[in-house]
Amino acid sequence: MSKRIDVSDLNVYYSDFLAVADVSMTIEERSVTALIGPSGCGKSTFLRTLNRMHEVIPGARVEGKAVMDGQDLYASDVDPVEVRRQVGMVFQRPNPFPTMSIAENVLAGVKLNNRRISKGDASDLVESSLQGANLWTEVKDRLDRPGSSLSGGQQQRLCIARAIAVKPDVLLMDEPCSALDPISTLAIEDLMAELKSEYTIVIVTHNMQQAARVSDRTAFFNIAGTGKPGRLIEMDETSTMFSSPNVQATEDYISGRFG
Amino acid sequence: MTTTTPELTSVTPARTRLPSWSPWAFAAGSLVLAFLVLLVLSSPTPAGVVLLGAVVYAVALTVTSRVVEGERRANDRLATTLVTFAFALALVPLVSLLWTVITEGAARFGPSFLNTNMVGVFGEMTEGGVYHAIMGTLYITLAAAAISVPIGILTAIYLVEYGRGHLARGVTFLVDVMTGIPSIVAGLFAFTLFTLVFGPAYRAGIMGAAALAVLMTPVVIRSVEEMLRLVPNELREAAYALGVPKWLTIIKVVLRTAIAGIVTGVMLAVARVIGETAPLLLTVGIVADVNWDLFDGRMATLPVYAYRQYSQGGIGVERAWAAALTLILIVMLLNIVARLVSRYFSPKASR
Repeated sequence: MSKRIDVSDLNVYYSDFLAVADVSMTIEERSVTALIGPSGCGKSTFLRTLNRMHEVIPGARVEGKAVMDGQDLYASDVDPVEVRRQVGMVFQRPNPFPTMSIAENVLAGVKLNNRRISKGDASDLVESSLQGANLWTEVKDRLDRPGSSLSGGQQQRLCIARAIAVKPDVLLMDEPCSALDPISTLAIEDLMAELKSEYTIVIVTHNMQQAARVSDRTAFFNIAGTGKPGRLIEMDETSTMFSSPNVQATEDYISGRFG
Repeated sequence: MTTTTPELTSVTPARTRLPSWSPWAFAAGSLVLAFLVLLVLSSPTPAGVVLLGAVVYAVALTVTSRVVEGERRANDRLATTLVTFAFALALVPLVSLLWTVITEGAARFGPSFLNTNMVGVFGEMTEGGVYHAIMGTLYITLAAAAISVPIGILTAIYLVEYGRGHLARGVTFLVDVMTGIPSIVAGLFAFTLFTLVFGPAYRAGIMGAAALAVLMTPVVIRSVEEMLRLVPNELREAAYALGVPKWLTIIKVVLRTAIAGIVTGVMLAVARVIGETAPLLLTVGIVADVNWDLFDGRMATLPVYAYRQYSQGGIGVERAWAAALTLILIVMLLNIVARLVSRYFSPKASR
């Protein structure tokens, strides 16, 4: 169910602008990889290249390789839609479909693709996905209420349930807790700890404590200045990164001495 | 906090306020005063009393408020007064129009008027009605919508979801130009087109529908485009991230989310063309009986019917008013249907 991704020499462009340069890293399976770094350094851009969401922006393109399970995601014969079915994504702001109920939101990956699913299978999938996202007990009595009737934290967990309902191999999370209160954040962090037994998780976060709490490995991105590309500075076990990083810039950023 | 509160009250001492009924009292007083002044100067007319009363009211209320309540509240009252007057002024033509159409139209309006056509009605006969014209108007407008709504929605989807560069900009420019086409030009276009293809004597409802479609398409494109742009990009990305292809995302997420606005936009476009007279006069003309064939022969429509009846004079004038009333009722019904549809489809309220 989970796969590792080997990224090598990846350059990410917006039209002619090189946004992220020369990234090589290995994302281990069944683990949480955290991407940290200052705003604008290309963490989210890099994350979006891992499921080819980057290219929905006009003019955006990628050079280099991202190999998942022996298959280059950017090979010419690979359908980006197929990639996105295997690499799910949770966004910064909860974005449940406003026209759909809670249950329909969970089933969105199936229903929007016109795939048929029996009533029994559908309700099983709704239950297992919502349980996987730690939301089942809170919403099981109101599955046909609109998804937007939930609180922000619940909506974000609904989005996680929606992402895991299509059974991806990898789950990308782009600052999933930045719009949430500490209690909802804790719920989602606990959830990540559970999910990593089945999924490969990559999370972008601005919260150093969060990276230290949830991740197994941490990658630090930095940017030399405005208009320059973001680069991967260092990547290591989270405990090493937060105790004795190799690069001075990493230590400065983690300890709050930057700028 | 406890130390600043008394300080605040000492800086801005609580001032007396005018009682809540004072605007009404001022309005009544102003009207009476205006009436008396005009009585002394000349003979008062309702319009004169209301106009002078409005001026007296605005000045008196603002000045009194400034003296009693202070400058900020006086400004607030003046702004409220001006906004209310502007609103009332905007309502005057609307109410007057509705009133005129209803009172004038009521003379002939009724079930028999709606249910009969004009076959065998001559001179000052009081029989005759608009059944054939209602059917013609609905028929032709429906055909125009069937032509322009698919074109409009597909063009809007292209502009919002796919269009880049010169082609998209060109299309947008042409749509803007089309919005300004006078309706008679659209009528001439349809007339010429069908004459060139089918020969000089050809007359059919579809000609009128084509002319109306030319007028309707840019309105549909514009309103649907606005609605599609309102759909948050996050929803598209959410669908892409679930492995949904772009075309399914557009159909099932973008259009589904915007459907309420699209229906409203289409209804506005229908309301825009349903009362068009010139292009229909030119292309489909008028007949006395119902014509069920959209592709052969002249057709009666409400606007042309009203025009013809009015120019005949006599009892025709009454029929023209009743036809105008019928047209307004049809537009109103369409609007109610659109409201219901958009309420049913719109995203459920978050709370």
